[in-house]
Amino acid sequence: MTSTLVRPAPPAAATPRAPRRGSLRRRSRIVAVLFVAPALLVNLLVIAGPGVSSIVYAFTDWNGISAPRFIGVDNFVRLAGDDRFWNALTHNAIYLVVFLTVPLGMGLAGAFMLSRIRRGAALFRVLFFLPYIMVSVVNAQIWKNLLDPNTGVAAGLHRIGIDWLDDVYFLGDPALSLGSVMFVDNWHFWGFLVVLFLAAMGGIDGNLYEAARIDGANALQEFRHVTLPGIRPTIIFALTMIALGSLLAFDYGFILTGGGPAGSSDLAALLINRTAFQSLEAGYGSAMAITLSGLSGILLIVFAVLRRREDES
Amino acid sequence: MAIHTDAPARERVHPGGSRRTPVSYLVLVLLALFAALPVLVMVFNSLKSNYEIGANPLGFPTSFEFANFVEAWVQGNMGRGLLNTVVVVSGTIAGTWLCAGPAAYAMARLDLPLRRGIENYLYFVISLPVQMFIVPLFFLWVQLGLIDTLFGLIVIYVALNTPFSVLLLRTFLIGIPRSLDEAARIDGASEWRVATRIVLPLSLPGFLTVGLLSGLGAYSELLFCVTFLSDPELFPVATAFLNFSQGYAQNYGLVNAAGVILLAPLVLLFLALQRRFISGLASSGVKG
Repeated sequence: MTSTLVRPAPPAAATPRAPRRGSLRRRSRIVAVLFVAPALLVNLLVIAGPGVSSIVYAFTDWNGISAPRFIGVDNFVRLAGDDRFWNALTHNAIYLVVFLTVPLGMGLAGAFMLSRIRRGAALFRVLFFLPYIMVSVVNAQIWKNLLDPNTGVAAGLHRIGIDWLDDVYFLGDPALSLGSVMFVDNWHFWGFLVVLFLAAMGGIDGNLYEAARIDGANALQEFRHVTLPGIRPTIIFALTMIALGSLLAFDYGFILTGGGPAGSSDLAALLINRTAFQSLEAGYGSAMAITLSGLSGILLIVFAVLRRREDES
Repeated sequence: MAIHTDAPARERVHPGGSRRTPVSYLVLVLLALFAALPVLVMVFNSLKSNYEIGANPLGFPTSFEFANFVEAWVQGNMGRGLLNTVVVVSGTIAGTWLCAGPAAYAMARLDLPLRRGIENYLYFVISLPVQMFIVPLFFLWVQLGLIDTLFGLIVIYVALNTPFSVLLLRTFLIGIPRSLDEAARIDGASEWRVATRIVLPLSLPGFLTVGLLSGLGAYSELLFCVTFLSDPELFPVATAFLNFSQGYAQNYGLVNAAGVILLAPLVLLFLALQRRFISGLASSGVKG
């Protein structure tokens, strides 16, 4: 996309003589720096400063309170052999694969169908988007209620004589807990993709659809040959967002299962939180955190390369 | 790179036309039921007694237990929570405006040194995971005495919202004709006057979108809340709700009523400002 920076024109009223112009320019530069200062200072305090010290602490045995002691790469050696970390990271990988497919499919289907209708489109859009603006703690509670065998869908089915969900504990069963967390997270998330894709579809040249129709294309062919290529940059953007979000997922795991039972739905962000703030192993937690950040950096680079290739073709 | 701010004008176009729609409607209705039914069940259940939820788990309530709302309000400390949320949300919005507004103005209009570098840095920070800085930040906040204070939380939220807000506001500011402020400058207006009297009023929609996004974020945020606050008296309403729902885990009527209380302000605001919400959130991705 374009980012043509409009250079400020030289002040029209400035006198052409060099010394005065120089001091004017310096003054306007100082004003400009003062204008960015609050944003940069608050960034330095909260993000840049702690971000850099994360890298330093990762090589220490810091517990958050007493003075950190440099221990070289010990934390990373320990991390490489830490089953809890690999367990959590495996779940993040599953999260990634599921979220790169299921919500993407639902979002594309929803947006494409929505782009083909007129009546009721606004209502559908609001309904799809509602779970996305709702607060995660409430969304989680809704599904805790619905997934509880005594008060939810299972109980409803039981009343009409279907009882094969009666003893299924979606959040308490190690085989189902991660899937249930992902299901609830996706229920909250997919509507966002509909809105995102719909906005992108609005930018496709209508003549392309006209042409496809004259050539006798059916709806599916229109989708494949006009819609998909037309919103490709947005899809790649969505994939980038999903990939980062899956690596860093926290909210729904934290509220619904806390990573349990027995680590069956543990995620890297939950583990980092527990390690740093409950076990007070801040140095080791930092090592986990920068490993995770490194992984997300790699993903970002992969998608940036994909995008560049897209721009070139 | 650019931020999409022109989505609302285009999303009404119907590129697919309207032929062969029955299948579309069928799929759309199924998706809408999937999205909306759980919310409806929550509203139903908020009006049921605990006994009725067991007997009639999903259906329309037969008796209306409005007492649930009163009890949830009291037991869940929702009033206190909403008050804390008002403080956090308004502090976050004001702080984000104050930090991002001038910075965006300098990037769009002033002779800022290292402009390109600052822009790239902002894009970099947006994609930085929270985990990268949360651990040292926590212990820094302990040392500064900002832990367990709403002010400390607000500062964090402002820092998290500012980079994206600067980039979004900058696109708004670039869209305002430069001739307007040049004219004012020739008339002798100071830099401050140009910024506050001419550019600010014209970029109000941008400020509203930024306010809406950062306010919504602050209303719903969880990770920093549960990490940086431990005093229940300070919990914003979302965290207070989480606390309450864990304490009253089996009392679904009460917990659902508390959920309705928590969502009501948000959903009303969403329905009132739907278009801005949707276009704002769709633009919250910085697109490449």
